[in-house]
Amino acid sequence: MPFIPHTRDDLSAMLSRIGVDDLEALFDEIPQSLTMPGLPGVPEALCEAEISSLMHERAGTDGRPVCFMGAGSYDHYVPAAVWEITTRGEFYSAYTPYQAEASQGTLQVIYEYQTMMAELTGLDVSNASLYDGATAFAEACLMAVRANRKAKSRKILVPRTVHPYYREVAHNIISGQDIELVDLPMQDGVADLSVLDQFEDETFAAIVMQQPNFFGNLEQVDALTDWGHEHGALVIAIANPLSLALLKAPGSWGSEGADIACGDGQPLGVPMASGGPYYGYMVCRQAIVRQMPGRIVGRTVDIDGKPGFTLTLQAREQHIRRSRATSNICTNQGLVVTASTIYMALMGATGLRQVASASVNNTRSLVASLTAIAGVTQAFGQTSFNETVLLLDRPVGPVLDALAAEGILGGVDLSEFYPELGNALMVCATESRTAAQIEKYTAVMTGVMAGEGVQAHG
Amino acid sequence: MADTPNNTQLTSIAAGEKLIFEQHARHGSRNFTPDAAPADIPEEFLRGEEPGLPSVSELQVVRHYTRLSQLNFSIDTHFYPLGSCTMKYNPKACNTLAMLPELLGRHPLAPEQFSQGTLQCLYEVQEMLQELTGLVGSSLTPMAGAQGELAGVAMIQAYHKARNDLERDEIIVPDAAHGTNPATATMCGCRVVEIPTRSDGDLDIEALKAAVGPKTAGIMLTNPSTLGVFERQISEIAEIVHEAGGLLYYDGANLNAILGRTSPGAMGFDVVHVNLHKTFSTPHGGGGPGSGAVAVGERLKAHLPIPYIVKDGEQYRWADEQDCPGTIGRLSAFMGNIGVLLRAYVYMRMLGKDGMRRVADYAVLNANYLMVALAEAGFDVAFGERRASHEFIISVKSITRETGITAMDFAKALLDYGFHAPTTYFPLLVPECLLIEPTETEAMQTLDEFVDAMVAIREAAYNDPDSLKAAPLTMPVRRLDDVRAAKQPDLVWQAPE
Amino acid sequence: MSEIPEDLKYTQDHEWLRIEEDGSVTVGITDHAQEALGELVFVELPEEGQDVGKGDACAVVESVKAASDVYSPLSGTVSDINGDLADEPEKVNGSPYEDGWLFRITPQNEDELEGLMDTVAYEEFLSGIED
Repeated sequence: MPFIPHTRDDLSAMLSRIGVDDLEALFDEIPQSLTMPGLPGVPEALCEAEISSLMHERAGTDGRPVCFMGAGSYDHYVPAAVWEITTRGEFYSAYTPYQAEASQGTLQVIYEYQTMMAELTGLDVSNASLYDGATAFAEACLMAVRANRKAKSRKILVPRTVHPYYREVAHNIISGQDIELVDLPMQDGVADLSVLDQFEDETFAAIVMQQPNFFGNLEQVDALTDWGHEHGALVIAIANPLSLALLKAPGSWGSEGADIACGDGQPLGVPMASGGPYYGYMVCRQAIVRQMPGRIVGRTVDIDGKPGFTLTLQAREQHIRRSRATSNICTNQGLVVTASTIYMALMGATGLRQVASASVNNTRSLVASLTAIAGVTQAFGQTSFNETVLLLDRPVGPVLDALAAEGILGGVDLSEFYPELGNALMVCATESRTAAQIEKYTAVMTGVMAGEGVQAHG
Repeated sequence: MADTPNNTQLTSIAAGEKLIFEQHARHGSRNFTPDAAPADIPEEFLRGEEPGLPSVSELQVVRHYTRLSQLNFSIDTHFYPLGSCTMKYNPKACNTLAMLPELLGRHPLAPEQFSQGTLQCLYEVQEMLQELTGLVGSSLTPMAGAQGELAGVAMIQAYHKARNDLERDEIIVPDAAHGTNPATATMCGCRVVEIPTRSDGDLDIEALKAAVGPKTAGIMLTNPSTLGVFERQISEIAEIVHEAGGLLYYDGANLNAILGRTSPGAMGFDVVHVNLHKTFSTPHGGGGPGSGAVAVGERLKAHLPIPYIVKDGEQYRWADEQDCPGTIGRLSAFMGNIGVLLRAYVYMRMLGKDGMRRVADYAVLNANYLMVALAEAGFDVAFGERRASHEFIISVKSITRETGITAMDFAKALLDYGFHAPTTYFPLLVPECLLIEPTETEAMQTLDEFVDAMVAIREAAYNDPDSLKAAPLTMPVRRLDDVRAAKQPDLVWQAPE
Repeated sequence: MSEIPEDLKYTQDHEWLRIEEDGSVTVGITDHAQEALGELVFVELPEEGQDVGKGDACAVVESVKAASDVYSPLSGTVSDINGDLADEPEKVNGSPYEDGWLFRITPQNEDELEGLMDTVAYEEFLSGIED
């Protein structure tokens, strides 16, 4: 019996001590009418060797195409030490650190993580994580409405250049509380500052900026931050945390800095893994910390005066505040945060800067090669970071199919997200992409665009 | 003080491990990725100062975090009978196989021809969960139980709205419910109506009848309840709520007690969330990641969160708004915690149909055995006249009254005996309680040792209470000043001036 | 046994009221409440000038293990709040009826004072809920 240690003798001794004849008796409070006859749809058990074989087969089916896709999930190299240590049983199978004395390892890791995120974002207090970037954004919106009592507004101004899935998720989560996301139009791939006047008479609880934005373009964060503050709004920054090794920290945006920074931690040591588990990070100004959802670890002392760590400010959370909690969040993304912390410690500021720079350089190199092909142009005239949008003279789908046939994931077809852009393809080349891979992509693309036998592929 | 052999390892480590920032800085010797030329980005976008991240060697990092890990209790190292958390063994194969390079390296938006392996595993998880819950549709996207609850309540709201039944904004919750339940209801813009539990552990049906009406959107329940007993009136409860026009939401936290024996679908529930990090043994990870997959009956199928997996002939693909126009929408930037779901898949395939039933059999056996052993040793069992489900509650209130030793003191003392404490902060209804869930992966001998430790602690409560107030004595730190942590928050390390 | 001063009125949510000479009403939490909460680490007060309805949750008292709403016992306007509590929330524990007062209201409706408990009634109420 896998994972069940009881011997036959154990079983009889235990049944006898309880005072029943068999296991069935222990379920005598469940009405007969509710019992299941069996589990016909569940297959027979596999031994470990069999499931191993099956998983290898399934993984083999998926293969390892070369990835030039971004859009919120990036193929960065993760050093071996990161997950070796993270999957140690003491981290992997530990519980949430409610009993602080038994969890100093986890708690100190989180404290270090909080410090690193505060450093990257230039803001004061970080929580211990939320589920992912999109839900962190949703929580930031809820937090801004709670914290900005003065504005008395339930509206948030969001540029169309923010990740479409983030906007969708935020809408789905916050609309139950009558909070509305208002669109700020875009122009040439960035938020359109020239139309801000049309919002003069509206009050917003917060305005939002994503840096780099969904298209990989760099926004005028200083101007927008100042506009937001001048109009009584809090400023929410959605930032790729890896980019913060190079880019201006949200805490330094405009003259006062952003109020809340959030986003997804995936670029920091987390494999793409079909989209999860990642984690959402959130860092805020000291003044609004009591409105911040999620767990927070604090350093204190024990009765001997020795320093130690514990969960703090818990009165805001669901297990105490219940219906008045800042959020319903309980389990978050602890193990992934552990991995990220180890990654940041291994890489340091220099290492992160190298990865970010290499990603920028490789993407530019890819774009230069591809735009040299007739029929491929850049969509926007902006400074872009680790991904860029290209326009093709024909539908993107078949081009991507042709690349896929060569084992290349060519990029993200933007037509479902932004049909107004036309035949738009977003490409991304991280530090993991080699010159040879970029060459091969270019060669295949050249062939496709010249009309040489585009193979239809399922 | 009795022998506490399990903790000598912990005390031999120099606790008071410095912060990584306080380690001696070392330069260079980093070769994880190729060197890069500086990126050409206009000055206005760049940060002025480098972020203050550690600058240390790989060995320093490895040593530091390895030593930190050794300060933790974990299932791999200790018995962890936390009620309502299902701290069962996390099989290593689940981790190894979920981390196969192809699975780990797959981009979430990769086209279907590079996804059939992963999608098939996930589809089979959907199918198995539907079978186990007795329901007909499912979505794996919610990333934890609380998000599953959010999805569930949102689906219930969508259902009523679609039928133009617009007055329903009340969610009924028993007073014994886990905190996430009322918190979720509020997040969805609903009012919470709390109803009492009777002294025998079952819901107060009369109070329920009084509480339902035209404003009832639904009820959130778990069965067995948070008090560790099976809600015997569940079919009647379902009838009452359905007749009033409301729907039933099942919090799957306690599914381990009934897996394969009965199902929420059979009980009349319309929507369920399953905590994969509890029932299906995915790692607790020091606070996640979890997964709160949802399963639904016919009424709510039209409102499932997207995406979920469908099978067209022999091909698997993601279903979206086109397939499910009434969806409550996306709850995650991508598709949920896929890595967690793959671990659950491996576990479910290793259990198979017989293994699933054995989970409940032995989880309930262990709980009843431990309950009887503690009762025989003189502890007060709440609901002692009922069968334990997979967990049960003991109350030390009489000990507290006579000695001043509280449930929290017991929890701290247990650490010195090498046991992580049971849950003490919950449920709120039973004062000075310990909610104990052994799980099916623990052996009888471990349970006996736990009873011995509890007896020894109780003896100390009467003979030497100061020793317990001083506990824990053998951990890396002793009791921490929570008040100071809240009043003088130190949440970020600052470099000394 | 908790302290229950004679000259105050009480609510079932463990708040006390003192009617001042100028007609304003001072509100705080009782000795029983502060004891149950433990040492306070934070107090969130309403804003001066804020209108409150009877029964509205208008303040929060937070300890390490609990955060409780404080409900306005009367309808009216908040005329004053205890600024000391920002730095010294523990004053509520040490002196719940004097230095630990929370806020003052200018009441709108004298009739609302009728339903409140006096010392004897509150004492009875407490023994009813304590074991």
